[in-house]
Amino acid sequence: MSTGTTKLDVVVSDVVPVNELVTRFHFRRRDGELLPTFSGGAHVVVEMRDGDRTRLNPYSLMGSPLDTREYTISVRRDDVGRGGSLFMHRSVNPGLEMVVSYPVNLFSLDLRAKKHLMLAGGIGITPFMAQTAQLAGSGGNFELHYTCRTASLGTYADVLQERYGRRVRLYHDDRDERIELDRLLSSQPLGTHLYVCGPTGMINWVRERAAALGWPAETVHYEHFAAPQPGLPFDVTLAVSGKTIRVGEQQSLLEAMEAAGVDPPYLCRGGVCGQCETNVVSYDGKFIHNDHWLSEEDHRSGCKIMPCVSRFEGKSLVLER
Amino acid sequence: MAAKTIISRPIYGTLSPQPGKHHLFVADAEGALAIVDMARTAPPGFFDGAEIVFIPGADGKHVAALEALKSAQFHVAPTFASLLPRLKQTLANAHMGLRLYLAGTEGLIGQAMQVALEAGIDHTSMQTEHRGSLARRMQCVHCKGITENVTTQPATCAHCGLLLLVRDHYSRRLAAFQGVCINAEDRSEIPPIEEVFP
Ligand code: FES
Repeated sequence: MSTGTTKLDVVVSDVVPVNELVTRFHFRRRDGELLPTFSGGAHVVVEMRDGDRTRLNPYSLMGSPLDTREYTISVRRDDVGRGGSLFMHRSVNPGLEMVVSYPVNLFSLDLRAKKHLMLAGGIGITPFMAQTAQLAGSGGNFELHYTCRTASLGTYADVLQERYGRRVRLYHDDRDERIELDRLLSSQPLGTHLYVCGPTGMINWVRERAAALGWPAETVHYEHFAAPQPGLPFDVTLAVSGKTIRVGEQQSLLEAMEAAGVDPPYLCRGGVCGQCETNVVSYDGKFIHNDHWLSEEDHRSGCKIMPCVSRFEGKSLVLER
Repeated sequence: MAAKTIISRPIYGTLSPQPGKHHLFVADAEGALAIVDMARTAPPGFFDGAEIVFIPGADGKHVAALEALKSAQFHVAPTFASLLPRLKQTLANAHMGLRLYLAGTEGLIGQAMQVALEAGIDHTSMQTEHRGSLARRMQCVHCKGITENVTTQPATCAHCGLLLLVRDHYSRRLAAFQGVCINAEDRSEIPPIEEVFP
């Protein structure tokens, strides 16, 4: 059993189209009990049985942590992705029995903060749905800045504005509205923590400006779910389990190991948590490290790999698993 | 340099210039030299956005060395208590991007840190450097009185007079080490008193 990924048997209780790209899914426990509590920013890994393939995708819980009768996630359809979101959109209907992991929080609020400044881009809004609900319930001080492509793709923008009024600021790309980031960051009272979730470019931009403007790294939190990138197929030998397996074009190394009956640990499946770190025994070729966990030095050393997102090109690769 | 012994015992680093627009330095006595040393590696214009608050101590040294850094503001105070209102005011009006640097005795670092924590700065994001005397600020766990500048082991509580073992156990909230009665069983038993925090 993978660390921190104890399973929950759930049934899909509702499927609600939100806009042209996003659909919301509600899950309840099959035994009718309450689900485990979670804190704002937590995600669950949803298991999808797609024919003979099992897909495991992480999604942020977006319901209020104060209500654990159900879990809700929102899935943005990605027509060119690896198929997980398409499966959710096409094949998941109310009544379907599914399995999700216990919630894991890699993007939690720092409750010592005097103020929480949140920046969301696109579907990156989902963890903030739960975080704002949690803070509103405890009288916390927050401000949310949300950028979306068009008003109709501003997922839950209306809900948020209705709930929190002026604490929510919207920016629409098609109207050329942009966050005045430097001014926003420089005008925050001491003791503010910053949270950002959205496309990679946005996260990098915000982290870079915050660092340059003197925000200590401990006050800057971000959620980065990089989906595993496809690439050339490659073979890998697993020294401990004594198996040689092939990693397909559309498959991550972690998925290939799971399909071969190896059960490596994971939490985020997005290259950020560090849980799946694996030692390299030997290699002849080149790594394509897509993670945000290992240091640059680790990447150069060729001694470690994060199987959830990283790939390999070359003659041979032996891992300690 | 104070050695790490138990987990609550603070450890200090070496000041280094951080990115940011505003820099607030609080130092006492030899702590001035930590700022002067750091200034050598600071980028040009660094002190244009800096404020230095300094408690020189009895011999009044190092004021000129700090003045020479030409910080935007320079302020000399006789005691920590006298600069406290100003420090609180500065932090209350400050924005994210202000960086804090504390240098000098443990008592100074601890007390300034206490004010900064209340203002919302996480202790891991403050720059600290211990310089000069190892004298400790001690809280008597019996009467709760604070005795400043403790240099001996054991030490006498300035408030209730008990003879205390100065522990490494440190409270960040109080900015003080804990002193515990060393001869509770028999008060006439007086162990040798040594100067250990010169
Ligand atoms: S599972 Fe989190 S880094 Fe791989």
